Amino acid sequence: MKLVYFAWVRERIGVPQEAYDGAARDVSGLLAELTARDARYAAAFSDMSAVRVAVNQELTDLDAAIGPGDEVAFFPPMTGG
Amino acid sequence: MRIVVQACDFDAGALLEAMRDGRRDIGALVSFTGIVRDTAGDLLDMTLEHYPGMTETALEEIAARAMETFGLLDALIVHRFGTMKPGEQIMMVAASAPHRQAAFDGANYMMDFLKSRAPFWKSERRVDGARWVAARDDDEIARDRWSARS
Repeated sequence: MKLVYFAWVRERIGVPQEAYDGAARDVSGLLAELTARDARYAAAFSDMSAVRVAVNQELTDLDAAIGPGDEVAFFPPMTGG
Repeated sequence: MRIVVQACDFDAGALLEAMRDGRRDIGALVSFTGIVRDTAGDLLDMTLEHYPGMTETALEEIAARAMETFGLLDALIVHRFGTMKPGEQIMMVAASAPHRQAAFDGANYMMDFLKSRAPFWKSERRVDGARWVAARDDDEIARDRWSARS
């Protein structure tokens, strides 16, 4: 699985992307594992109302299922235009 | 329908001319151009980060839905990424239709969805430091006003 981060989520975690081969099978499980692993993730994901999730480049929510080969992205609310 | 995502500046006039080129059925062509503004006089530049791949898909979806919802003849979305100075063009949308109301509505709709659905993030570098631009609740409200029609 590939994890990608943008904007201040990327800055807090410190890398733009990384590989993940853990056991999580949904987004909230993945978040629980990451935030327990390192304070950088806890800082990025402390307020999930300010974080959006995309799986395979489509916006989704914390209940979304994830699996091997998926691309899971975390980023702040978008500010285009 | 045309979607352009690029770092370099664009020629709005040439893009609009290309939308009219060779057609006789367009009665209205509405365009909007977004520009980096510095109202307080302290903005050095603005950098737009984006999600390559998802950006193009999201913009295509927005343009396609605008065409279908308002019966547009054509739709254009151009969006830049990278660093821009005050006064520079950031993006534009354009909608063509037989009549003006559909063209105005189509352009408006694309802007409202683009603000909160296209994966771009702005950071501003001001005299006193850099900060990420926060999303505005107004933008979500503006987007949701279309939900009754689409």
